[in-house]
Amino acid sequence: MRLPDVLRHSWVLAAKDLRVEFRSRTAILSAVVFVILAFVVFNFGRDPTAVPNVALAPSILWVTFTLAAILALNRAFHLELENHALDGLLLAPIDRSSIYLGKLIANLVFVATFELIGVPLLMLFFNVRLLPYLAPLVLLIALATIGFVAVGTLFSAMTVRTRFAELLLPVLLLPFMILPLSWGVQATVRLLAGRPLSEIAGWLNMLAVYDIVFVGLALLLFPATVSE
Amino acid sequence: MLRTGRWITAIALVLLAGVYVRALLYTPVEASQGLAQKIFYLHVPAAIWAETAMILVGLASVVYLFTKDPRLDRFAASSAEVGTVFCAIVLTSGPIWGKPIWGTWWTWDARLTLTLFLFLIYVAYLLLRSAVMDPATRARFAAVLGICGMCEVPFIHLSVYMFPTLHPMPIILQPGRPKLPGSMLTTWLLSLGVFTLLYVGFVVQRYALSYLREQLEAVGGEVGHA
Repeated sequence: MRLPDVLRHSWVLAAKDLRVEFRSRTAILSAVVFVILAFVVFNFGRDPTAVPNVALAPSILWVTFTLAAILALNRAFHLELENHALDGLLLAPIDRSSIYLGKLIANLVFVATFELIGVPLLMLFFNVRLLPYLAPLVLLIALATIGFVAVGTLFSAMTVRTRFAELLLPVLLLPFMILPLSWGVQATVRLLAGRPLSEIAGWLNMLAVYDIVFVGLALLLFPATVSE
Repeated sequence: MLRTGRWITAIALVLLAGVYVRALLYTPVEASQGLAQKIFYLHVPAAIWAETAMILVGLASVVYLFTKDPRLDRFAASSAEVGTVFCAIVLTSGPIWGKPIWGTWWTWDARLTLTLFLFLIYVAYLLLRSAVMDPATRARFAAVLGICGMCEVPFIHLSVYMFPTLHPMPIILQPGRPKLPGSMLTTWLLSLGVFTLLYVGFVVQRYALSYLREQLEAVGGEVGHA
């Protein structure tokens, strides 16, 4: 199948998922509320006199986004289980990798939505100055998100058809998320400390390589997770 | 085959005892670390095989997805289980060495973190296997995770070099001559050989066991899944 076809099919699929999401809005609202609650939990889970906000802000940001992304990823293929919709998708005369790409795009939009709400909320709640570093921070979050959503979309296609899907996905995924998370935290700490951009270039490169490797790998491996 | 595996394991365990007799009685005591250094003969070969086992799981998984040969899936499952055990050996022997030398059982040091990661990926792999009922689906899912696990290893390696480290740098695999006395090197190489034998023995046993289980499942017997 030609590349334009694959891209077109995956966009149709992603648009379908997003339309379902936009009409019900339950999942995205839950994810946003989860992000807010996680911030609140972090606020009460520390001693504000002992740890300054700016020191903790990168950890709060990344841990919250990681956990919220896992919740979001559980949803992606669950949608297709109802009425055996997945079988219908697999019967469609489209390339299997476009199913993966479609799900990946929909998941990325979904995760990006609550991240978009999370960043300003972090500034508000914890009084950290992110605005001067916004452009590199957005790049950093985007690269890390692509990495763990790529692996997560692949794994959720498997876990959704196992017992204890909700529990198994984090167990499989977290070992793969910790690396982008740790690079993200390290780079964010340096950004917030006002270090020059050249200092975070190493982490940005690592994230970019991670993205390329795992998106490519997931495209190759995805057919094996759905074939009967 | 099960019997062969048992024999290999038994011989390897006897040889391991022999290696330790040699290590304790006939190998010089390291000047700065004293007796604690003796754990090195257990720790390093186990670590080498823990990582090699993951790579073998990944390679077997790649070939499995092409050929769908159940033998490769059985091998991958066996190798993963043995790798988990070796990781556990590394993670327990490390702190025993770390307490007298570093003064702490655990630190978030690069290499410790690496082994922990490896252990977590192994555990996830085994959990995924136990959560899927259908053998063909189980094999495909496990293969996907195994390949991802193998591809993660270089990233962990790269990543740990970006962290500050307390861990001793490689002594044997380094440019130029190994920087340790010949008798220590001999003991260590013997130990590596014994661990190779242990790996083979465990995997052969585990492989034979899963083969028997599959036979039993095929005739409708009730067994725990692997």
